Amino acid sequence: MLVLVAVHALTAVIAPALVRLWGRHALYLVALAPGATLVWALTQASGVRSGDPVVETVPWVPQLGLELALRMGTLSWLMVVLVGGVGALVLAYSARYFRSDDPGLGRFAAVFVAFAGAMLGLVVSDDLLLLYVFWELTTVFSYLLIGSDPAKRASRRAAMQALLVTTLGGLAMLAGFVMLGQHAGTYRWSEIAGNLPGGGYLAVAVLLILLGALSKSAIFPFSFWLPGAMAAPTPVSAYLHAAAMVKAGVFLVALMGPAVAGTAPWRPVLLATGLITMFFGGWAALRQIDLKLLLAYGTVSQLGLLMVILGAGSRDAALAGVAMVLAHALFKATLFLVVGIVDHATGTRDLRELNGLGRRAPALAVVAGLAAASMAGLPPMAGFVAKEAAVEALLHGGGADLVVLAGVLLGSVLTVAYTLRFLWGAFADKVGTPDTPDPPTTTVRAVSWPFLAPAAVLALAGTAVGLLAPAVDRLLAPYADLYDSAEPGYHLALWHGLTPALGLSVLAVAGGAGLFHLLRRERVRATLRLPFDGASVYKKSIGGVDRLAVELTGATQRGSLPFYLGVILVVLVLMPGGALLAGSPWPQRFHLWDTPLQGVAAAVVVVAAVMAARALRRLTAMILVGVAGYGIALMFVLHGAPDLALTQFLVETVTIVMFVLVLRRLPAKFSERPIRSSRRGRVAIGVAVGAVTAGMAYVAAGARQAIPISVGFPDEAVSYGGGKNVVNVTLVDIRAWDTMGEIAVLVVAATGVASLIFRHARDLDRRGDIPGGGRAESTRPRWLTTGATARAQSVILQVVTRLLFHVIVLFSIYLLFSGHNAPGGGFAAGLVAGLALAVRYLAGGRTELNGAAPVDAGVVLGAGLFVAVGTGVAAMLLGGEFLQSALLDFHLPVLGHIHFVTSAFFDVGVYLIVVGLVLDILRSLGAEMDRQHETEDDEVREKELV
Amino acid sequence: MTPNLTYVIVVGVLVAAGVTLLLERSLTRVLMGVILLGNGANLLLLTGGRAGGAPIVGNTPQEEMSDPLPQAMILTAIVITLGMTAFLLALAYRSWHLNGHDEVQDDVEDRRIMALAERDEGPDGADSGDGDDDDDDDAQTDNERSLAATADAGRAG
Repeated sequence: MLVLVAVHALTAVIAPALVRLWGRHALYLVALAPGATLVWALTQASGVRSGDPVVETVPWVPQLGLELALRMGTLSWLMVVLVGGVGALVLAYSARYFRSDDPGLGRFAAVFVAFAGAMLGLVVSDDLLLLYVFWELTTVFSYLLIGSDPAKRASRRAAMQALLVTTLGGLAMLAGFVMLGQHAGTYRWSEIAGNLPGGGYLAVAVLLILLGALSKSAIFPFSFWLPGAMAAPTPVSAYLHAAAMVKAGVFLVALMGPAVAGTAPWRPVLLATGLITMFFGGWAALRQIDLKLLLAYGTVSQLGLLMVILGAGSRDAALAGVAMVLAHALFKATLFLVVGIVDHATGTRDLRELNGLGRRAPALAVVAGLAAASMAGLPPMAGFVAKEAAVEALLHGGGADLVVLAGVLLGSVLTVAYTLRFLWGAFADKVGTPDTPDPPTTTVRAVSWPFLAPAAVLALAGTAVGLLAPAVDRLLAPYADLYDSAEPGYHLALWHGLTPALGLSVLAVAGGAGLFHLLRRERVRATLRLPFDGASVYKKSIGGVDRLAVELTGATQRGSLPFYLGVILVVLVLMPGGALLAGSPWPQRFHLWDTPLQGVAAAVVVVAAVMAARALRRLTAMILVGVAGYGIALMFVLHGAPDLALTQFLVETVTIVMFVLVLRRLPAKFSERPIRSSRRGRVAIGVAVGAVTAGMAYVAAGARQAIPISVGFPDEAVSYGGGKNVVNVTLVDIRAWDTMGEIAVLVVAATGVASLIFRHARDLDRRGDIPGGGRAESTRPRWLTTGATARAQSVILQVVTRLLFHVIVLFSIYLLFSGHNAPGGGFAAGLVAGLALAVRYLAGGRTELNGAAPVDAGVVLGAGLFVAVGTGVAAMLLGGEFLQSALLDFHLPVLGHIHFVTSAFFDVGVYLIVVGLVLDILRSLGAEMDRQHETEDDEVREKELV
Repeated sequence: MTPNLTYVIVVGVLVAAGVTLLLERSLTRVLMGVILLGNGANLLLLTGGRAGGAPIVGNTPQEEMSDPLPQAMILTAIVITLGMTAFLLALAYRSWHLNGHDEVQDDVEDRRIMALAERDEGPDGADSGDGDDDDDDDAQTDNERSLAATADAGRAG
């Protein structure tokens, strides 16, 4: 069985290619997949007749108890036959229904056969979770099939409606499954059925599962989605909405019935909703003018009938139910196919426009007549046999069954009436009334035999089932026998003698004919208004959800960055701040400072920060922020953190360079002052957040109880890291992964800067351009001579920086390698080298920068990342962990004893990335911005000259 | 370990000044706020470890060393702030170059949704409602018109 499901999936994958190759004829090939299913099922018929299920189990995730448990009993076998047989025939029909140049044909073929596979999986699943998966797959594929014309709004809406309604039910059903499965400790239905919980627990689970079954089978109050789904192409309606998908709910009820029919909500819910659906569906069908909608409402009505019969919960009713499932699939699929042919041959499905079709297409009329006879329950058709059985089963029941029987008979009357309406509407010669003239006789295109054949086969099958009723009885009886029954059971047959059931059937047919005659003259109304309808609830809830989303989004998503930040910060103040006030975990002991010098540095920082927040000019604010930064660096020194202080000093300096580069292009003052009140609000939030943060800092520092994990760092730094500077060893060894992530961030930031400043991709080449337009003009002879390009730049400064440049770079390399044992390291060294470049740029502009670093910043960044990652990978290749470092001691002839740590390479990578970042900043914010403004200035000048 | 009051005060002031600037609309100010806030956060981390001598084996006896772990964290944080500063500066410059100012704008899409909420409408009236199906084109132009109007409002505001 799993193989068959896989065959469907595979066919679905290759179907579009087949359709591209052979056009619509490929559908015959695609039909082989469901056809194979049918053939396989027929070979299993003898085993099924003796009541032996076919079982197949494949472990899937044994740790979770998940397995692909498949089981085909009698009921499943019947469904497999229908799914495979009707699927193959409808695909063969589709090969004539569509044209080869229909744009969505490949997609249709793929989705259709995928649906058939999902349906097959659904009906043979034993594991309820697996069943649920296939259940939702059929929902998804039906969504795709109903919405097969995405350009039409009606089609989109119908598809979405069917999807939402059935998925909602499916979710409820899943909850029910989980309840049962958790109780039984297994999700296999064959085992759960014998191990059911009791009482309210079971009732709730059953109700949830029924919700899924009823919504899938379009039972009241979920009926509205099925007529809407008629937006689908007719073959889809014939398969999904007659034979297969809507039967999934019926199948589930039939599957669970033998085990749970005695549960409190089972019978009342199924009988009530089924009767209501049957009645209103039949009534609505009588009012339709579109043949396809007439059938759709008829289907709704019949699904209600199926629910009633299968919900009755007795052996004979169950037998009647499965016979009805078979009969309904055969006749309803036939009729849908006939409607599709009528539509094709005449161009309309409106029964007011069709006239005299019966005479023009007699073969079609005969096929339709056979199916319609079955639908109306006339002998010797399958529908008759099934209905006789149902009436007989209900006749022998108790008082409630008789009420149900009355309802079923009323439904039969309606069924006969709308069957006549269908036949009359489609095929009859219509005689005009005094008000309306005779409709013109419809022009009919010839119906080819391959087009009609699938419908004919289905119709003949329906007849055969009726004629061979005893054989069918033997096949289906094992399912009915799952119900305990004291008395010998009923058997399906065409002729039981002159029984009361036969009399009631005759009555129903006569009543239906009379009703049809009464209503034929009446003016038709397209829709039927129910006092309470799921459709309006659906519409209201969907509209309500949409409105709620808009209101909620409108209220919270203001689109203003300060507003969002303000909300987050106010929450910070209220929650942790409130906790601070409520808990009052204030430490009693504190000290003012470690050394009084800290107080001095702190005063500088505080004053600078407050003034920076109040500054009106960009440059002033920038300098004050820098002062605060230098003050922090001083505090680092006093704390005993020389590496931090060094890095902070360097970063502040680079930051100031960057700011100056950008601020020279921006207006000197900040744009107009914000409104006073909102400024007060900002300050208030700022002060509150500052106070809360200070409070947290105070509490956190005093709350330290455990010994810091860094206590062992100094020893480990020497023994494993091979370095004396603990901070540096931490960066390149102990916490090297962190550093790895951080340098990656730097690369991303550098790339972002370049992409923001360089306006075109081709400009990015200039990240590495060579002065003077190419290498031909060498820079070497010009060492210590200033170029003619230097405008308004100090010659002395240029010469001095050129002299100093190499010294600074050399110093940075010294910092890099000494950093393992003394303050320094890759970050600080890279910043020093970057500052050397910055000085060159400031002194001599972009040509000078290119002379100092004739490489692409991207290359430097990439090389750095390569070296850093390479160090880590090399360690892995040598059998260690990623970024594990090793100590190498060896003798070199001249240099003597060498003590080397491999993590130095990692630090080299860090160094290169930092240099690359600074170079990238200088090229973007410096050189490229210069060039852009020079070009603009030149353009302005040229305009002035003209 | 007892709290160092100086650190606590500096952290508070830096965060307060930083947040005040962060809530402004000028990107340059926001950026300065980020820098001050970053410095405050670094100092906050530093309060988690004790002060002492430089954590260099051989220079300082182990028991007098300052805690090296927060220092390693802060060191990378400082450099990342540098990368972020560069990025935000580039953003401010770009914004100025394109719009003539470096103010953070309100999101136009969000304003459209707010306008819908004020008019008590759904996200796409025609698709969820029961109205006629054929008014697609008109609805579209209406939407575009209101979009243009809100975009103007955003620029003025």
